Amino acid sequence: MLDFPRWKQIWLWSLIIVVSLAALPSLASLTGVRWPQSLPSPTINLGLDLAGGSHILLEADARQIASQRLETMEEAVRSVMRQASPAIRIGDVSTKDRRLSFMVDSASDVDRARELLLPLVNGQGLRREWTLNVVDETRFVLVPTQEGLDAALDQAMDSAKDVIDRRINAIGTLEPTIIRQGDDRIVVQAPGQQDPEALKALIGQTAKLEFKLVDETALPSDVQAGNAPPGSQIFPYAEGTPFAGGKLAVRRLGGIKGDSLTNAQATVNPQTNENVVTIQFDQQGAAKFARLTTQNVNKPFAIILDNKILSAPNINEPIRGGTAQISGSFTAESANQLAIALRSGALPVDLKVIEERTVGPDLGADSIRSGMIAMGIGTGLVLLLMLVTYGRFGFYADMALVLNVLMILGIMAVLNTTLTLPGIAGFVLTIGAAVDANVLINERIREERHRGRRVVQAVEVGYTEASRAIFDANITNVIAAVLLFLFGQGPVKGFAVVLVIGVVTSVFTAVTITRMWVAGYLRRARPTDLHI
Amino acid sequence: MKLLKLVPDHTNIHFLKWRVPFYAISLLLIAASWGLVLTKGLNLGVDFVGGQMIRVTFVGKPDAPVASMRDEIAALGYGDPIIQRFGQPNEASIRMKLPEGSDERPDLANTMSQRITSALKTAHPEVRIDGVDSVSGKVSGELFQTGLLSLLFAMIAISIYIWVRFEWQFGVGGLFALFHDVSLTLGMFALTQLEFDLNIVAAILTIIGYSLNDTIVIYDRIRENLKKFRKMPLPELLDLSVNETLARTVMTSLTVLIALIPLLLFGPASLFGLTAAITLGIFVGTYSSIYMAAPLLIWFGVRSDSFVPTDTGRDQAERTARGEA
Repeated sequence: MLDFPRWKQIWLWSLIIVVSLAALPSLASLTGVRWPQSLPSPTINLGLDLAGGSHILLEADARQIASQRLETMEEAVRSVMRQASPAIRIGDVSTKDRRLSFMVDSASDVDRARELLLPLVNGQGLRREWTLNVVDETRFVLVPTQEGLDAALDQAMDSAKDVIDRRINAIGTLEPTIIRQGDDRIVVQAPGQQDPEALKALIGQTAKLEFKLVDETALPSDVQAGNAPPGSQIFPYAEGTPFAGGKLAVRRLGGIKGDSLTNAQATVNPQTNENVVTIQFDQQGAAKFARLTTQNVNKPFAIILDNKILSAPNINEPIRGGTAQISGSFTAESANQLAIALRSGALPVDLKVIEERTVGPDLGADSIRSGMIAMGIGTGLVLLLMLVTYGRFGFYADMALVLNVLMILGIMAVLNTTLTLPGIAGFVLTIGAAVDANVLINERIREERHRGRRVVQAVEVGYTEASRAIFDANITNVIAAVLLFLFGQGPVKGFAVVLVIGVVTSVFTAVTITRMWVAGYLRRARPTDLHI
Repeated sequence: MKLLKLVPDHTNIHFLKWRVPFYAISLLLIAASWGLVLTKGLNLGVDFVGGQMIRVTFVGKPDAPVASMRDEIAALGYGDPIIQRFGQPNEASIRMKLPEGSDERPDLANTMSQRITSALKTAHPEVRIDGVDSVSGKVSGELFQTGLLSLLFAMIAISIYIWVRFEWQFGVGGLFALFHDVSLTLGMFALTQLEFDLNIVAAILTIIGYSLNDTIVIYDRIRENLKKFRKMPLPELLDLSVNETLARTVMTSLTVLIALIPLLLFGPASLFGLTAAITLGIFVGTYSSIYMAAPLLIWFGVRSDSFVPTDTGRDQAERTARGEA
């Protein structure tokens, strides 16, 4: 017991010093003291509930991916059949019941059609994207495989994450965390974000831009009733536009999609003084756009964003430069948002906000302040109580407690963990419980002295016997905290982290470190009685 | 300097003499708690039922205009909000549950909170939105499930641990004490109708950890005394063990309490529920360690030869904990 080798003392002391030093930058920032920038400064991250900011959980609609795949497949099938020589005529195409079926007109074309379809149904590698069956001699049925759907969703989520990344980076100054969660979810955490609504509007916008010709043959009454002529589809006007509430029929095929954009900027149209978004197509897109506008001069075409019509201007002259203006009753801000969204590309799938937690920066600062005050008072009272109860041994326990607080802060800073509001509660609880180990030890030493053991022996037995109870008792706390971490969400996870770190460091400081001090005292002073 | 002694030396209280009445009281309390939970129900927060919780401050105003806020929000047609004072008089929290049939629209909670905040901003330019929690039905269902599971797993895992380290009687005794603590805490939340959210699940898990802490210290002493006094009758031995550890029990409960009470009084309003739950748990947990966990061992028939007299406790992990490794 008295034998505490020098190397071990040095090792323990250096550990204490290093970890405590790591706590200083965090301590400085929490109490408002300036930390010199030239020094290394690992600091504890403040959770969104303390620093202010937004946590947004987005979920993709997997059914939408499935129907998009059906649509793409339908187009692909039509195009290979048309391009075959001689072309294969097909009919009775249907995408009902989440599968694609169609008939070839002549039974003699079945084998040829099957050959053409094979490369479409087999995806990359060994994965089979679709199952292909021929029923009733001439009817082809294509059913997407689960494997293929899963892979498509996975891919869509990956690129959705990239798109969100680009959009948030475009507003600058934030340090967002964007992570995929599960199969179909993305978490966005933006600390310090002042305006969560703007953030959500930016992230949530699919930004699928399309240019399609207006179907002028459609009867207005049919369009209002939602009945589209064959080959057309009906879209509503977007909210906030002059025709909001109205609908328009546009041709399904022959339009241009916005995915061939190279740039988008918010500008003002000098003639009308209107906020517009100027877009720039790549070479291929520019050629397509030129062809569309040349062939349809004096006809209206619809600018469609996320399945809503922004405007439907007339094509006055062919547009050849690959530049176009999108008008749609924008404000300067909404034009800028659309420009960012278009520049960063369209989301491959609609994302809906299914959970949102935001905390204003003022509330966060208030919480830190009152939390810190409460922590200060609590710690002070505990220190005092230990001192008046156990005297010298209480002082050792107090020193261990202060060290413990520094170590928790230091370890949290080094591990780059996040301090949340419940984390502060965890901290307070740790302070209260950390002295438990010393209480156990000190009570045991008292007891052994009463039984008539001599000083050194009483201390020795006190530490040994109490350690067993300390170990068992703290393991249960770790079990509870680990489960909290595994199942907890957000701030609760932060609580669990503080609890686990606190249990480990408190056992270390309360048992090992105080033992070193007590041993040093016994060696130095050789007391014949203990004041405990 | 004279040192403070909370529990006098050679204290010998006959705790176990009263075990039958105390068991009756405990069983009554457990039954009452579950009765309250089942009849009155828990005031589940948005974490578990979906909807939103919006916190606002009316900057520069003495009071939050609760009545007019209620009208403005009800006018949106989502139903009546629950508006409460939250901290200062000019601060309020607005709670809104999800309307029926919102399962089909995962983003409804979010649309609602957007419309409510913009309606408030239009009507009261001085309002400051301090925080918005909006949770859809789907997410809240998942949170409820994982919250419940974590409680269940924690209780099972800890009991198994005690069983392995001690004997099965101790595992069952500990589990029962846990059940007691969790029941009473839930009962308190049903009675006070304090909001029950994710933070409270964390609080209950903490209570479980703390209460077990207490129980194990007593169990550890029981095990030790069982080996030491092989002829002593069990009730007497349990009394002795509880008394021997009493000074520690009182001292530790007190330190945790004095650390928690400032947080309860001066801490942020959003932590009140969490701190209140833990504070109650300290009392309940201490009581259950003495009056539930220990006496149960008599009925389960723990005997001194339940333990092999060799030193079972000295494994590597403990030595690490003591810093001897």
